[in-house]
Amino acid sequence: MSAPFDMNDDNVVVIIGTGAGGGVLANELAQKGVSVVALEAGGRYMPEDYINDEWDSFGQLAWTDPRTTSGDWRVAKDFSGLPAWIVKAVGGTTTHWAGASLRFQDHEWKPRTTYGDIEGANLLDWPIDPREMDDYYTKAEDKLGVTRTGGRAGLPGSNNYKVFEKGAKALGYEEVHTGRMAINSADNDDRLACQQTGFCFQGCKWGAKWSSAYTDIPRGEATGNLEVRDRCHVMRIEHNEQGKVTSVVYVDADGNQQEQRARVVCVAGNSIESPRLLLNSASSMFPDGLANSSGQVGRNYMRHVTGSVYAVFDQPVRMWRGTTMAGIIQDEAKNDPSRGFVGGYELETLSLGLPFMAAFLDPGAWGREFTTALDHYENMAGMWIVGEDMPQETNRITLNPDVTDQHGLAVADVHFDDHPNDVAMRNHAYKQGIAVYEAVGATRVFPTPPYPSTHNLGTNRMSEDPRDGVVNRHGQTHDISNLFVSDGSQFTSGAAENPTLTIVALAIRQADFIAAELSKNTL
Amino acid sequence: MSIRKQAMTRRQLLSKSAMFGASFAIGSGFVAGQATAANWAVEVEHLKPETMATLIQLARDIYPHDQVSDEYYAVAVKGYDSADAAEGIEVGIAELNEAAKGIGFANYIDVGWERDRVDLLRGMEDSAFFQQIRGGLVTGLYNQKAIWPIFGYEGESFSKGGYIDRGFDDINWL
Repeated sequence: MSAPFDMNDDNVVVIIGTGAGGGVLANELAQKGVSVVALEAGGRYMPEDYINDEWDSFGQLAWTDPRTTSGDWRVAKDFSGLPAWIVKAVGGTTTHWAGASLRFQDHEWKPRTTYGDIEGANLLDWPIDPREMDDYYTKAEDKLGVTRTGGRAGLPGSNNYKVFEKGAKALGYEEVHTGRMAINSADNDDRLACQQTGFCFQGCKWGAKWSSAYTDIPRGEATGNLEVRDRCHVMRIEHNEQGKVTSVVYVDADGNQQEQRARVVCVAGNSIESPRLLLNSASSMFPDGLANSSGQVGRNYMRHVTGSVYAVFDQPVRMWRGTTMAGIIQDEAKNDPSRGFVGGYELETLSLGLPFMAAFLDPGAWGREFTTALDHYENMAGMWIVGEDMPQETNRITLNPDVTDQHGLAVADVHFDDHPNDVAMRNHAYKQGIAVYEAVGATRVFPTPPYPSTHNLGTNRMSEDPRDGVVNRHGQTHDISNLFVSDGSQFTSGAAENPTLTIVALAIRQADFIAAELSKNTL
Repeated sequence: MSIRKQAMTRRQLLSKSAMFGASFAIGSGFVAGQATAANWAVEVEHLKPETMATLIQLARDIYPHDQVSDEYYAVAVKGYDSADAAEGIEVGIAELNEAAKGIGFANYIDVGWERDRVDLLRGMEDSAFFQQIRGGLVTGLYNQKAIWPIFGYEGESFSKGGYIDRGFDDINWL
């Protein structure tokens, strides 16, 4: 049978979400001949629809359904209703992401073994050997067209990069380059080369940056095996008396409730929505939510140790020109506990336009200390910190019984407290980032607090032992064999690297597993 | 009269106007820039003109950019001149004026030094009113495309083909 599929077709794999996890999984399965219905809460936007304007684009793409926050993280104070800056659209946050595509370091697959017993941290090794991932990483890099891999050239350095590079070299950093980016340095895979337009976060209007919205999704649809239903918000997953999932109930684009039967359900709504959906699907058989016998659904929420360093110079930089994140210092990504923390961090170039700089440079600040910084916006350079944060059981997504969304569903509360290791790492990164810019003559520096999270990880984590996590080494839930998790929520740990490449590699790997199990009739 | 007004600072003008009625208004219900050389004006329907004038000063005191003229601050706060918002704004501005009286001035606009006005604002920065105004300005002021060139920001670049041939790597002072 080919798409579109009937609501009563119980042979389909239903995938919830179409981003780096769900979008790739949908295409990979469709290419193997598996029938797939992908349900996407957001609308469909293509490069011609994207907007080179920060707030207009935010209004077009961002997930702004209500959420609440708690905990000591500054985001809860500055952006109490916006814990995450992620996307509600076909392609998910692959429309918004910067394109940084880094493999985990080997030791990051085994954080419990490597870092030991860190007080307050719920560290666990991934049930995956790093060598198992090598081929999947290569496939992911080829799919995304990652620069500096597979013989693809690096991107050219922008003004912002040149400042960053000069400061980094002055400090003695050696692993400094324009990044491994899923942004074409030359025409590749029917996508144009980067035109140095900026606005990478607003959706690439050239299609030079990989997004599942205009690669995997249409390619999957072209097979006839994939049907994407956009503006369809999933309310809950149903199951039978045997404890297998059987269907997905959702609100369609016209506001009507629908029920799609399913042979397999894969949840890929990101680390906030995926646990929320499992919790909102609680039943008499599964009173704590689906796949939650461990009690770990929603727990161990990670968002990376982040922060930014901006600096003002006595002459113009014009950091907004060109690729937003094509610049990296990797020397601090290693695990070197002598720095006062375990794990490591990357420093990556970053720029914001004037409107977002006003919103994010020092949220809540006012007066001349703040405005004189913006007065020199043209002379600013910027970088972002991304490092491994500690999983903590108490950092978690829960249902907020007091707040419901437009569908009457309890919203997610995102609770996060920094771990002392996170604080120590961030402070070290601020110091190094400031030193980079001062080495080039910065006249003023700004250790800028974290933005709403773009890297949301860990809330349905992978574990060898079903008591420690939600899914096994294939992303299959320990409790329900035909229910999978296919996004960053399956991350056992966060590592120092931007997560998309690993999400994509795991999705390709999961597609192999699901297709094989389907052919063996074990699902 | 007009020459004398021209010589006044905007704040003096607005302050006098508030005292003497609506002499600074162009017709009734307008707040304008320099009365004799007004190249901008904001019409008020629901707010008192002096309240709008105070709002503009408040907006500048929160996010002072000396190179940005009052008209952009006026645009940023114009939205409060609505049936829904006006009452709350009048209350908030009245409290601000009361605070100014507490340190010996007739009203907020009458406080001559920015540092004295900022001191007043520091004392009320956690109030819902202050946070409403400040929060609204983050987008109301900085998302006005007309002010971007003042900061050097170039905005949209796709229609110009990006910066690949327009200086993405033209830094020359490193």
